[in-house]
Amino acid sequence: MEKVILSSHAVAYAVKLCRAQVITAFPITPQTAIIEKLAEFCATGELRARFIKVESEHSGMAALIGASSAGSRTFTATSSQGLALMHEVLHWAAGARLPIVMVNGNRALGPPWNLGPEHTDSLSQRDTGWLQFYCESGQEAIDTVIQAYRVAEEVLLPVIVALDGYYLTHTTEPIDIPEEAVVDEYLPPYHPKHKLDVADPKAFGGFAGPELYMEFRYKMFQAMEEAQRVAAKADLDFRRLFGRGYGLVDPYRLEDAELALVAAGTLASTAREVVDARRGLGEKVGLLRIRLFRPFPRAEVRQALARVSKVAVIDRAISFGHEGIVSQELKAALYGGEHRPLIYGFVAGLGGRDVTPEDLEEALDRAGKEGPEEEVLWLGIRL
Amino acid sequence: MARDKALKLLNTRDPALKGLLEVPEEEYMYSGHNACPGCGAAQAMRFVLKALGNQTINVLAASCWSGIAGVFPYSALKIPVLHTAFETAAAAASGVRASLDMQGDKETVVLAWAGDGGTFDIGLQALSGAGERNEDILYVCYDNEAYMNTGVHRSSATPYLAWTATTPVIHPQDRPKKDILAIMAAHRIPYAATASVAFPHDLIEKAGKAKGIRGTRFLHIYSPCTPGWRYSPELGIKIARLAVESKVFPLYEVEGGERYTLSYRPRAVPVREYLRLQGRFDHLREEEIGLIQEEVDRRWERLLRWCT
Repeated sequence: MEKVILSSHAVAYAVKLCRAQVITAFPITPQTAIIEKLAEFCATGELRARFIKVESEHSGMAALIGASSAGSRTFTATSSQGLALMHEVLHWAAGARLPIVMVNGNRALGPPWNLGPEHTDSLSQRDTGWLQFYCESGQEAIDTVIQAYRVAEEVLLPVIVALDGYYLTHTTEPIDIPEEAVVDEYLPPYHPKHKLDVADPKAFGGFAGPELYMEFRYKMFQAMEEAQRVAAKADLDFRRLFGRGYGLVDPYRLEDAELALVAAGTLASTAREVVDARRGLGEKVGLLRIRLFRPFPRAEVRQALARVSKVAVIDRAISFGHEGIVSQELKAALYGGEHRPLIYGFVAGLGGRDVTPEDLEEALDRAGKEGPEEEVLWLGIRL
Repeated sequence: MARDKALKLLNTRDPALKGLLEVPEEEYMYSGHNACPGCGAAQAMRFVLKALGNQTINVLAASCWSGIAGVFPYSALKIPVLHTAFETAAAAASGVRASLDMQGDKETVVLAWAGDGGTFDIGLQALSGAGERNEDILYVCYDNEAYMNTGVHRSSATPYLAWTATTPVIHPQDRPKKDILAIMAAHRIPYAATASVAFPHDLIEKAGKAKGIRGTRFLHIYSPCTPGWRYSPELGIKIARLAVESKVFPLYEVEGGERYTLSYRPRAVPVREYLRLQGRFDHLREEEIGLIQEEVDRRWERLLRWCT
């Protein structure tokens, strides 16, 4: 059923369709309408779930660790400061191999206070052991939440579904809300092999010294590697049932491209327009949208960029002391491949600064030059 | 029956042995745990589980107990255990409860377990949240009055003028111990009580009473620590008993956040008797012991006013 709906509300519908059983939320600066809609679903009984109104994001994630360990399907949503506060327990959730799904409305961290869209909040959670998807539309958001549970519960790792703050969380678009019966077919009920159970008592998360700890981490690594295959299959199965799919990366007009833009999230929509405009001028330009960031789909990225000679990465994030975070990942992935295009790493749109078609035109122009002027290229700095 | 006869004899002859044979025989803790000799925290868990039985899930925050519970793949407890981060006992327990409720299991007791650091300090926010929501959990704080697992570092449960590794004798703990039971009472939770490993019958009775109540229940258990308090292992229970008898750690209950009931009337032993057995108070001068005595007496009078 297609509805003109707020993307945040669409996410709440996805959570309802996935029959999440325990939900936590805290209204940290800032929250989204996701939890408001879910609170309504739980209050009216449309969704049979316990909604715990926790006193912090940290407790929100800790409570989900408890609920997931006891065998429930779980959900929470957060943003920027809240995600940062959760950091410790993000590691814990992944280390405990719990298939928690969380939506993050990507927003800038303070100070200065800002709240505008930016990816640094979730990209800086890169090494916690969570899968990370970045969405371009409200439709993709609802679909990715449903896919996220499938993937999480198969590989036993938690998933962040990242939505650009405001551009996605606070905007309305026509969205097809999947049929409940089809979602049930796609996503079976969650029955974990191991859980807290008085009939079969086990201890979870106890001390493991150096003679064992590393093997726990190796198994996590393997699960994360396996997640690439599982995510690809989950997307294919989704396409078969719902007629829509997204891939782990999303190439656009790359077949014969010489210069590729690379971006994640809603920036890709602007980039597509710019690619089309340049194509109209006869320039061989394309776009690669990174949808799955963790695990980083190395093979797909290498394949998609196998013929381009130059890449202009537009990062809505920064790792101080190095460069844009997607740029960094991309360089690392391509260095391990046979084809190594020249990479221009741009930082743009921090704190919700608009990244306009003109900005991307500028990036393409600067990438047209012999080599990058600097290691890190900033777009639109007004100093 | 011989057992009934023995029970009757014990109950009538010696008040100190009252109820001894009523203590459940079942053990839910294995003997091969990792606690130090004379550890109060180990005894606290043993007694609490006797009262709760095996339909209990333990949510265990970072504490000495994270080690006592055993190294993977071993577990010292016969019930399910969820090890969690330092500040998360109450929050993770809330999640376990929510999950069990969703599975239709209202009977299993969710036991959140943390030390004084995980309760008075880093876990206080999560505990306050759970208490305010009146989560259906039993929260036990075993209080050994410092961060013992990390090397005897002071917590906000460390008593006035005590030595710890971070409050050296030239600058001992300079603030009074936080009143955690008053804090929990202020949340108007249905049940909060103090207990001591030196009064096992009272402890087991309170844990059993807490088991039968719905909503947030809080047990504050006084648990001596051999290395942290610097005493010889065989003195632990004696020190814990003296803490109660000297009114340093009174045994009482608070129901609904308002109804205070004294569980035991102490013999009013001078605090000196309690302090002198512990190396952590070795440095105290006479006038300092006097200050502690005055404060203990003042707090006792205040508690008595609340109990009436």
